[in-house]
Amino acid sequence: MAEQFTVHTTTPSEAEIERERARTLAEGRRKHAVSSAVRYAILAGVGFLMLYPLIWLIGASFKENAEIFANPGFIPEEPTLDGYIKGWQTSTPYTFATFFWNTFLIILPKVIGTAISCTAVAYGFARFEFPGKRILFATVIATLLLPNVVTRIPQYLLFRDLGWLDTFLPLWVPSAFAGDAFFVFMLIQFLRAIPRDMEEAARVDGANTWQTLVFIVVPMLAPALISVCLFQFMWTMNDFLGPLIYLSSVEKYPVSLALKLSIDTTEAFQWNRILAMSVLALVPALTVFFLAQKYFIEGISTGGLKG
Amino acid sequence: MARLQIRNLEKVYGNAFKAVHGISLDVADGEFMVLVGPSGCAKSTTLRMIAGLETVTGGEIRIGERIVNNLPPGQRGVSMVFQNYALYPHMKVRNNLAFGLKLKRRPKPEIEEATRAVARILEIDPLLERLPKQLSGGQAQRVAVGRALIKKPDVFLFDEPLSNLDAKLRASMRVRITDLHKRLKREGQSSTVVYVTHDQTEAMTMGDRICVMKDGRIMQVADPVTLYNRPANAFVAGFIGSPEMNLIEGTLGVDGGINLCVAGQTLAFGEALGARLETHGRRTVLFGVRPQHLRIAAPDEANALEGHVSHIEFMGHEVYLHVDIAGIRLVVVVPSEQYRPEDIRDDRIRLAPRETAVHIFDRETERNVSLAGNA
Repeated sequence: MAEQFTVHTTTPSEAEIERERARTLAEGRRKHAVSSAVRYAILAGVGFLMLYPLIWLIGASFKENAEIFANPGFIPEEPTLDGYIKGWQTSTPYTFATFFWNTFLIILPKVIGTAISCTAVAYGFARFEFPGKRILFATVIATLLLPNVVTRIPQYLLFRDLGWLDTFLPLWVPSAFAGDAFFVFMLIQFLRAIPRDMEEAARVDGANTWQTLVFIVVPMLAPALISVCLFQFMWTMNDFLGPLIYLSSVEKYPVSLALKLSIDTTEAFQWNRILAMSVLALVPALTVFFLAQKYFIEGISTGGLKG
Repeated sequence: MARLQIRNLEKVYGNAFKAVHGISLDVADGEFMVLVGPSGCAKSTTLRMIAGLETVTGGEIRIGERIVNNLPPGQRGVSMVFQNYALYPHMKVRNNLAFGLKLKRRPKPEIEEATRAVARILEIDPLLERLPKQLSGGQAQRVAVGRALIKKPDVFLFDEPLSNLDAKLRASMRVRITDLHKRLKREGQSSTVVYVTHDQTEAMTMGDRICVMKDGRIMQVADPVTLYNRPANAFVAGFIGSPEMNLIEGTLGVDGGINLCVAGQTLAFGEALGARLETHGRRTVLFGVRPQHLRIAAPDEANALEGHVSHIEFMGHEVYLHVDIAGIRLVVVVPSEQYRPEDIRDDRIRLAPRETAVHIFDRETERNVSLAGNA
């Protein structure tokens, strides 16, 4: 009403109203642009701060050992591949190729074992009624909350008595029996969000329990399974304590241990070699993550399947 | 070729809740049997027990000559269409159809031929290479029916297959499924159907026979016409028919003949009906008459109930009159061409029930005591 009133009394020309409108619009746009600029500046600043160590690491890996401590910037003055070449050769009779291969040998069976065993266990918990289910499920959740360290010593003794020390078995076997309660829990949550109709339809179609699991459940579970595999891949890649405890011969060392190996040498540390190898050690995890990013996000946001 | 026999079927859940109370039902070979009832009446549970998705805790299910109580679903010779289609989301339509046959390790050419045949019948040929998420509701439901059809089962089970579709599509799918059933029957294929729905229109239009259920018990099994004209009890009377049958409490009196006292007004019954009600004299009963079986009576006509019209709904081909008789509400349906507003004076109206269409139910047992040959 008030607006109409003013319009009638002052009767500004059409052009004037138009100009006023344009001014308001432009002002709104400018405010929006300024606020965006401020927000992006803050985001970029914090982002840079978080990434700085990584950027520095990559820069430093191309520096001479002396320059690392002399030059605080991350762009090397005289870029050199020295760290990579010498670091790759290591101070041991083995090159980093052996260590990467060892990491691969540990990861592959572990990831496969985890995927299969956790799927089977999660399927059991999510879809079947059996005596003692509640207690067993409570046990799974309890192990989830248990700190890893608590079980280290009993586990070590067990594997020692089995004669599995200095083999990859202690690293593989627990995962092959769904030892990672977190993954079981994650898959159960995901399964609970998937309606049972498809499985029932498969059973009416004549599929038995395992056929239903393999042909119907696993494909629907794929996003979650990819996340599980990714997590297991990254955690195993970064696992230091496990190999440290169970592996004693250098020829079986994975990358995580081998990096520490370079620090152990008596003479002054060759930081550029260590940093160069650290950069290489990051590559597989980053590559896999970026390749599978889409599925990864789909998988951890549970209930990703709609009817 | 198979008939389905259910004997004293019971379902008791782990928490001692009894969902199904010993029901018995025979479905003849090639018959289209509809299970209908309000939600929670255990119709779906019954269907799932027939399918083998729910364990049977008592009684017997027989398909053909075999007792199937403990057979896994795949070996019962049944196929099922689910309410929300339950298509395998990661498989193309073609593989959705063929999945059952592949599990049976049928030769590839045979599977290919069967898929083509089913796709042709249901007109889903152009969809074979699509994924379920690329289908509309109606298309998905047709694929789901195709998946049931391709197995050539002894018994088809439908679990509210149309309730996710919009009204128009539902009507056309209704016809399509009925046609399909007739076609299978004509071709001599096994075509026994058990169809679960909560929609009485679906039940009435599709079923050869209808089994009305309530609270895990069967209330009546009959063909649609019988169900409508001769409901065995007050529940069936109220459930079947639209709008609902008027069910009013009244007292049977004996005054020369049998009469009924409703809200202080008396309706005298003729001899035929009176004779059937003789044994129930002076009792409180439920008086049931369908809205279509009440007619507007002349002001001087005896044997009519007087009330006042609370509101009028014009539906096009007919008019719904909501009538209040001393606090009791009745609905009357009058065909539009017979509706004359001048019949209603000062909102007063007199209604005469058609005596042959009147039902009297025992108030305790809710049994229909007015049916001929069923005293």
